[in-house]
Amino acid sequence: MTTTTLAVLVPLLPFLGAAAGLLLGRSAPGFVRPLAILPTLAALVLAVLVAARQGGGRAVDAVTELTPTGSVPVELALHVDGFAALVAVLVGTVATCVQLYSTGYLRDDPRYPSYAALVSLFTSAMFLVVYSGDLMVLLVGWEVMGICSYFLVGHYWETPEARAASLKAFLVTKLGDVPFLIGLLALATEAGSFRITKVLGAVASGSLDHPTLIALLLLAGVAGKSAQFPLHTWLPDAMAGPTPVSALIHAATMVAAGVYFVARLLPLFEASRAAMVVLAVMAAVTMVGSALAALAQDDIKRVLAYSTIGQLGYMTGALATGDRGAAVFHLLTHGAFKALLFLAAGVIIHAAGTNSLAAMSRMRGLRDRVPDAFWTMTVALLALAAIPPFSGFFSKESVLGAAEHVATGHTEHAPGAAGWTVLVAGLITALLTAAYATRLWLLAFRGQGAEAPDHGRQPLVMNAVLWVLALPSLALGGLAFRLLPDWFDGHDLTPTLTTSVLGTGVALVGGIVTYAAWRHTTALAVRTPLGAVAAHPEGDAALVEAEAIASHRPAYGDLASAPDPSDPGRLLLGPVHPHAAAGFHLDAVYTTLFVRPVRAGASLVRFLDREVVDTYVRAAGALPRLLGAAVRSAQTGNVQTYVSALLAGTVVLAVAAVLVATGA
Amino acid sequence: MHLAYPAVLSALLFCTGLYGVLARRNAILVLMSVELMLNAVNLNLVAFDVWLSRAAEETLHSGQALTLFTIAIAAAEIGIGLAIVLAVHRNRGTSDIDRLRDTAEGHEPDGPDTDTPATGTAAEKAEATA
Repeated sequence: MTTTTLAVLVPLLPFLGAAAGLLLGRSAPGFVRPLAILPTLAALVLAVLVAARQGGGRAVDAVTELTPTGSVPVELALHVDGFAALVAVLVGTVATCVQLYSTGYLRDDPRYPSYAALVSLFTSAMFLVVYSGDLMVLLVGWEVMGICSYFLVGHYWETPEARAASLKAFLVTKLGDVPFLIGLLALATEAGSFRITKVLGAVASGSLDHPTLIALLLLAGVAGKSAQFPLHTWLPDAMAGPTPVSALIHAATMVAAGVYFVARLLPLFEASRAAMVVLAVMAAVTMVGSALAALAQDDIKRVLAYSTIGQLGYMTGALATGDRGAAVFHLLTHGAFKALLFLAAGVIIHAAGTNSLAAMSRMRGLRDRVPDAFWTMTVALLALAAIPPFSGFFSKESVLGAAEHVATGHTEHAPGAAGWTVLVAGLITALLTAAYATRLWLLAFRGQGAEAPDHGRQPLVMNAVLWVLALPSLALGGLAFRLLPDWFDGHDLTPTLTTSVLGTGVALVGGIVTYAAWRHTTALAVRTPLGAVAAHPEGDAALVEAEAIASHRPAYGDLASAPDPSDPGRLLLGPVHPHAAAGFHLDAVYTTLFVRPVRAGASLVRFLDREVVDTYVRAAGALPRLLGAAVRSAQTGNVQTYVSALLAGTVVLAVAAVLVATGA
Repeated sequence: MHLAYPAVLSALLFCTGLYGVLARRNAILVLMSVELMLNAVNLNLVAFDVWLSRAAEETLHSGQALTLFTIAIAAAEIGIGLAIVLAVHRNRGTSDIDRLRDTAEGHEPDGPDTDTPATGTAAEKAEATA
């Protein structure tokens, strides 16, 4: 088979799997698991084959036009370059791991068939986005991912948190997608094509009239999808979905699609210095803000969600400095270790029966209950904190190196201000990242107090997946930083000495300070007993998680934080803690700015409809009724009265006729 | 004979019949009054036919022929009418027209009057907005 055929099959197989899963889910439950895993696994194998054949050489381009579609043609186009090939391998790997993990995680879930089919559909859409060489086809995959995310976040729709979160995720990302669509159409009009290669050709020849406007419109969609400030608020709430979904969609793949999109069209963004500065500022605000918020969260998955936002901020920061190689390198390593973090968190939530770090910090020996999750999560947290030689170190240093490169004025595509912004924010975030990673590890695994509950061993498949993902978290960065430049633009990804020393130094400082704070506060834990665990600890992991999410607000008074004086984050953040826990009140700001005006407008429309428009409608009905009532009163039932009226009418008519005839 | 005589006689007959229809209470008398009105019309038909055929060169005497039809139909009509009156009298024990008011508005309890209150409020609303 040619590389093109293989690349076409990669998105097609999971799509067929999803269709078959949805159709057969009820009638043949025995086929659901194979139908979920095998197409995804086959797609992974094919993606690896495509990557091996493409080999970082010339991009594979194939195009066919199904039907003429008006002025700007929409074509089914493939554009497989080094970026696409490697990101597809990542998507396939994480999707296969998540499908395997889900068979254990949701083993008793009655809605597993539709869940697995939606995950397959999502995987297919993500492959489409990665391989597509046509912006309209890319948009199709982009939107299908959005709708799958909506359904999967709302998987536990019995809980109000999940319902609200799924709606919020959908609406907020759509808020970005509308400008995104307008930007795509504007881009296609000016470039004369939706093909990525032709668009890039138009950018290179300088035939775009409004690159800044188009780039900013596209950035809105990217901010929505990749959860960048100010459209990031949906991602922490999306943690109300099942953990495998969080790992696949809200950590490793879909949220990276925005970054990947900018990486594909980077020359377009580089054509506008304003867009690059906006991208840099967006990345810096996102990084620092999300890291502070992560330090204050109590729900283990919300910590990871804010961490995802921050790491995506690193990627957009790398793009703002014009180095897409570093951005996609960080995307690849982050996809591996963040998926691992989430999947391990799922195991921990199941074992502990709670998602609250405050409750976990009051359990002794949780690490012995889940040794696999403990070790793999330690690896992943070290990778997240960018400690050498874990994979996160190399990718994060390549981002910081790119920023330093721009800041010192060695490049012409990106403004120096963008470089400084990204570099400074990146270093601050490195410190904070190490701090919250340490806090998460200490609270989850070094708890003091009652013995952790024993719910038996975790399913083998879940632990096996953790170890599979631990390998790239451990070694991908170190092995790949020499090879990847051949696949990407050829920029060197080797860590530079200055940023490596600085980055690792601040990370160590962050970790040590957090450890000291934890030593200081942990004694307080005994005095304030906290902790609620799930009502059905013997159920499957999905049930335990749904109960944990639903009980967090009743038990601790808030979805995000817990009143726990022994939390080192509380000591470190000081007076900022309540604001950081609430995500710096951005939700409240949005409520004031958007939700209330929309609600007021809705009630105004309701008033106008009910009281004004309906009054005319009711009057139009009431008037004939009134006339009818008046006329009905003449109906006495006495025939002679009727005849008298008839006679009188006849006389009147006759007189009138005579008068008319005589012309009087 | 001048046309005025039968015409006046027919008008008198018709008015008598009309008075009977409007004023009498007994259903049989009302039917008889209807017959009077019909016969007034018949008289007119015959008289005018004679008057018109005097001037015409050729005539079919259609007025007189129509009179025969009217008489036949009137006979049938009075037969049915009397049968109805008889049936009503057997059922109700009376043939007084003033007491046969079954078609009056509001006579039946399950009529369309069930939504009268709604009509009232709607009417008030309509007045308020108008």
